[in-house]
Amino acid sequence: MKIMRDERERTVQPLPPSSKPVAKRRPQQHRRAHGFQGMFQSTGSALQALRANLLRSLLTSLGIIIGVGAVIIMIAISEGNTSSINSRLSTLNPLQLTIRSGSTSTGGVRGGAGTLQSLTQADADALGQLQHVSAVSPTLNANGQIVYSNQNWSSSVQGVYPGYQQIGSWQLQEGNFFTQADEQSGTTVAVLGQTVVDNLFTPPGIDPIGQQIRIGTVTFTVVGTLASKGSTGFGSNADDIVYIPFSTAQQRLSGSQFVSSIVLTADNSGDVNSVQSAAQALLEQRHNISNPASDDFTIQNASQVLSTVQATAQSLTILLVGVAAVSLIVGGIGIMNIMLVSVTERTREIGIRIAIGARQRDVLAQFLIEAFVLSALGGIVGLIIGPIGAFAIAHANGYPLVIDPLSILIAFGVSALVGIVFGFYPAQRAARMNPIEALRTE
Amino acid sequence: MQRNEPSNGMNGKSHPERSPVIRVERFSKNYYLGRTVVPALRGVNLDVQQGEFVALMGPSGSGKSTFMNLLGCLDRPTSGSYLLDGVPVSKMNSNQLADIRNQKIGFVFQSFNLLSWMTALDNVELPLVYSGVARAERRRRAAHALSMVGLKSRASHRPVELSGGQQQRVAIARALVTTPSLFLADEPTGNLDSQTSEQIITILQELNARGLTVVLVTHEPDIARHAHRQVRFRDGRIVEDIGAIPHEIVMTDVPRSRPAEKQVS
Repeated sequence: MKIMRDERERTVQPLPPSSKPVAKRRPQQHRRAHGFQGMFQSTGSALQALRANLLRSLLTSLGIIIGVGAVIIMIAISEGNTSSINSRLSTLNPLQLTIRSGSTSTGGVRGGAGTLQSLTQADADALGQLQHVSAVSPTLNANGQIVYSNQNWSSSVQGVYPGYQQIGSWQLQEGNFFTQADEQSGTTVAVLGQTVVDNLFTPPGIDPIGQQIRIGTVTFTVVGTLASKGSTGFGSNADDIVYIPFSTAQQRLSGSQFVSSIVLTADNSGDVNSVQSAAQALLEQRHNISNPASDDFTIQNASQVLSTVQATAQSLTILLVGVAAVSLIVGGIGIMNIMLVSVTERTREIGIRIAIGARQRDVLAQFLIEAFVLSALGGIVGLIIGPIGAFAIAHANGYPLVIDPLSILIAFGVSALVGIVFGFYPAQRAARMNPIEALRTE
Repeated sequence: MQRNEPSNGMNGKSHPERSPVIRVERFSKNYYLGRTVVPALRGVNLDVQQGEFVALMGPSGSGKSTFMNLLGCLDRPTSGSYLLDGVPVSKMNSNQLADIRNQKIGFVFQSFNLLSWMTALDNVELPLVYSGVARAERRRRAAHALSMVGLKSRASHRPVELSGGQQQRVAIARALVTTPSLFLADEPTGNLDSQTSEQIITILQELNARGLTVVLVTHEPDIARHAHRQVRFRDGRIVEDIGAIPHEIVMTDVPRSRPAEKQVS
């Protein structure tokens, strides 16, 4: 009480009645002028409350961390995937047309493309005579076990014309592609893809050129190795291939009159479509087909493949981002859950605040900010973890790392929004509390 | 008795036409339990002049706590009117009531009701946060309020580091920091030993001596004895009102039951 007496001059003096209304009106003005002050304070108390329940806050944020991280990783994967596909497709010759045998139709059961044998080497040679066709080659697939010394490797063996090197845009790593002379005389020579070389000639250091390998029962001499085109993703590998002369494949490995497919290239991109229709007309004439609907072959051009693959990649993106978005929503529900618990636990605090003059708006703001901070912090951590995860996945799969700044912005924006949307109901519940009942709870 | 002197002095100074701090007319409050109506207050009239020190007494269930909550603008009456400092508050919406609680009323509770994770100073500052007072000004006023209750040195302590009496003094400082017109204390000594209770009452008396209007609810006659005026509730009505300041307006306008005019001494 001694201190009180010291302060007496400055404390609640019995104020003259006239001065009182002035003293009371002033805070009213303050209240309007400093709207942000309360906001600032609310942020402070929100942070305090979150720190008081650190583990719970972290676990709650985890939902958002995973959500935001997933959005970023998923977008990065699909972007990386798309750019990898695009670079792969850019090595694919855009002037290329691939003709496959049509499907069988036996009693209404249709097999896949190529199940019907209809294309022949003669068809391929006839197509080679068409205008604007720069190269043509039949292909004959003969999968087989390839053996070198005590190593063996199962790969795809294709019989093709020497011109196929141009059609397939293949660069040679070493040696040469086989020649027209090899084709005519049916010599047993082979050109190996990089994957085959890597698996057959172990330990590395053996020069494959001139080595004898065995395909099935036939012995071949390696005359060239192909430069790698890299992985295509989706499990297929362009480098896992062996090319041999078409005539050799037909005579020594297959024995079939028919070919698996015919590939040809137009001499420039403007002629691809006209070459395609000319090829169709020619084959219909050669196969005595009058109605195009009953064609026993299909013609595919590279740009169609391109758009098909891109459409696939696009739907993959939508799928992945959809999954990530769902995880963000689940994270939001977690925040709502925890905020409801928090509001119930802190009923008394809310009662105190209301009793000393917090308006509904003040309480609402406090809990909204708390939910916002919770989700925004989760969002920020997700922004750190996301790109790291994206890098790891890109690294493991050999994708290029593509992180779209927009995806980061969207992921963070959505996480903040999630906090506000899912925090609103609990905050409103807090704001509408009856102070008397709130103060009565323990 | 010295008890009546300050209020009489006050009364002499104030203008006769000045409205009382509290003017309550025909207050009633019903609670609804399903379809049953439970009347907690049945037509209470009460005027409290500026500078009075009033103790509300009565058994539990008599309606004194309900009345206190209504005085503190924490609740609204079922019917009746309430002028607080001349302002009709019974018709106000919840935001306006929040402002009234913030600016005109200082409330002290039995269980202190401090926020445990905040320092004493932060607790005292809190009402000013909701008034929108700038931080530096808040700090200054909160520190001043703490020094008024003799706790300047404990400003950075949290409630758990303070004794019960100290916590209640922090709560009093929080109630004072907005310079309210009306100071309400709901059993402020209910959780304190008698010696500490005495300290708290002394603080309230000193504040009252400086002109602050104090209304407190208590069971304890020892505490009520320190008030100038004792108002006793029973069954939702005022049954006894001892030591009210005679006031022309009060006397003429609001007839009141005054069963005994005797002095408690």
